[in-house]
Amino acid sequence: MSEAARIYRQLYRIRRVEEEVARVYPTDVIKSPVHLSIGQESVSVGLCEALRPEDAAFGTYRSHALYLAKGGNLRAMIAELYGKATGCAKGKGGSMHLVDVAAGMFGASAVVGTTIPHAVGYAYAVKLRREPRVVLCVFGDGATDEGVFYESLNFAALKRLPVLFACENNRYAIHTHQRLRQHLPEICARAAALGIPSERIEDADPFAIAARARAAADAMRGGDAGPFFLECMTYRWKEHVGPGEDYALGYRERSEAEPWIHGDQVAKVAAQLPPDERARIEEAVEAEIADAFAFAEKSPFPDDAELWTDVFREAP
Amino acid sequence: MSERDGSYVDGLREAVLQEMERDPSVVCFGLDVDDPKAIQGTTRGLVEKFGQGRVFGTPLAEDAMTGVAIGMALAGLRPVHVHIRMDFLLLAMNQLVNIAAKSSYMYGGSVSVPIVVRSMIGKSWGQGAQHSQGLYSYFMHVPGLKVAAPTNPHDAKGCMIAAIRDDNPVMMVEHRLLYPHRGPLPEAPYEVRPGRARVLAQGGDVTLVGISHALAECLRAQRHLADVGVAAEVIDPIWLAPLDVDGIAASVAKTGRLVVVDNGWTTCGASAEIASAVLEKLQGQRDVRVRRLGFANTTCPPTPGLEALFYPSARTIAAAARDLVEGRATGWLPAERADAVEIEFRGPF
Repeated sequence: MSEAARIYRQLYRIRRVEEEVARVYPTDVIKSPVHLSIGQESVSVGLCEALRPEDAAFGTYRSHALYLAKGGNLRAMIAELYGKATGCAKGKGGSMHLVDVAAGMFGASAVVGTTIPHAVGYAYAVKLRREPRVVLCVFGDGATDEGVFYESLNFAALKRLPVLFACENNRYAIHTHQRLRQHLPEICARAAALGIPSERIEDADPFAIAARARAAADAMRGGDAGPFFLECMTYRWKEHVGPGEDYALGYRERSEAEPWIHGDQVAKVAAQLPPDERARIEEAVEAEIADAFAFAEKSPFPDDAELWTDVFREAP
Repeated sequence: MSERDGSYVDGLREAVLQEMERDPSVVCFGLDVDDPKAIQGTTRGLVEKFGQGRVFGTPLAEDAMTGVAIGMALAGLRPVHVHIRMDFLLLAMNQLVNIAAKSSYMYGGSVSVPIVVRSMIGKSWGQGAQHSQGLYSYFMHVPGLKVAAPTNPHDAKGCMIAAIRDDNPVMMVEHRLLYPHRGPLPEAPYEVRPGRARVLAQGGDVTLVGISHALAECLRAQRHLADVGVAAEVIDPIWLAPLDVDGIAASVAKTGRLVVVDNGWTTCGASAEIASAVLEKLQGQRDVRVRRLGFANTTCPPTPGLEALFYPSARTIAAAARDLVEGRATGWLPAERADAVEIEFRGPF
């Protein structure tokens, strides 16, 4: 499969999964919050295109795209959203805490910025054991308001750890624009000030993101190159939480979204593929999605006894 | 059998050293763990033996470094993260409560977070508002965390080894005034596992439960009480979470009187938890009288006269226990005795 075909399959799959989530959401089969990545898929897809299966990734509460791009199990994800026992966290995590250890997807957190140091600590272990792996650390512009962001970047730079920091800058922390939260807009300049080479990609082009991420990951893999910081500009099409749009709230104008919707990376990459190849990809993805939702539908809810399990890991 | 003697510091240091020798996944870090003072000697020699990859000082970044410990644990390491004051854990609460405690559960059992968080409570020589707090009840409140508060060298070593081997986050609550305490300290590694309290002195009149350094005061109070014919049973919970409620309740079922002495405030504190858990267990079986003692409900003052009033002492504990036994305010306060005074440390630190 060509890079374009791989990337398109990922983009289309994530877009369609989330459109299905949005479609079923009003029926209340998903009784918990969902933070959709629609419009932002190309960042996770580009980043994960640069990773190997044994690499690790840490994300945020808006991690459907990252989870799927990193190879997380689709059936287990949808079942998790449905609160079913077959979910990736047995129904005890929900959309905000997707995890797939086998795929290297180490969980997402609902508290902004909290997973950044986890990626750094994981990378410390990787480097201590001299493993040729890298750790991807994805967070939003909101996380760069938090103190833990600076503490974590400093430590990663100090110890020259193999972390690829990736800021998905969609400009909004819930409904508050970056200009109302930060005096200086250049997030990657702050990473540079901490001694981490950094670069900003303006248009969310997955091929450009993949190329830059691959170069950085390959340089740091198993060596002493240290972290790299990528700021990826993108845009959230949907409301902060939930399946709908929120332009009527008045905190942003639809005109701000329009260039991003016109430049939709899913459509752009689709146009690069021969129609028959594109159709084959879409058909396979649609079948997979239908299967995953059917699997979630028919899976059982957890037994009552599951309330009490997993509070602690007990020795076997 | 000749038993080796050692200090609380020796116990802590030897536990980490032996576990690091046994298990290459154990790492130890924190502010100043590798400096010349080596956290009052508790980390002495570790960096020389195991190198800077496994033993290192950190930036002043409690929040991120706690998250780093969690990330290390997710990658298969067993970090021991050291804080020279318990007060500084407030900077790490988000990672401890929102992530470390919840990861096993919210990721459906697919991950575990075997971290040990060491912290030290200060007392005396004017430690003041922010070097004196015993905040362990905050952690007892949260499912998913274990809390140990050993009071002697033997348990300091055994709890530390058990904590390192535990697959869950464990808070190791240490007390600065216990560091020079000496006692039996077996050389071979051993575990003092969670959930078993220990009876240190037997008596039928009143049960004294002492937490952390307050246990040392309870042992002295027991001697004051013996002078006036009151037989106190003294219990060391050792682990606060999980708590051995059955063990404490068995003693109270016998004595019918419970004094819980905390090294923290009483409101919503460990003493409130212990007292109510025991009462819930014994209600309908035994009429129980209860008294809680702890920090004065103020901020800790550094000036010596007020500082002394801030803490329960052996004498005030004995007085409260005797009043409880007699069921009235006796007005008794034992005289100072030379063999029941803490050897407090001198400054500057």
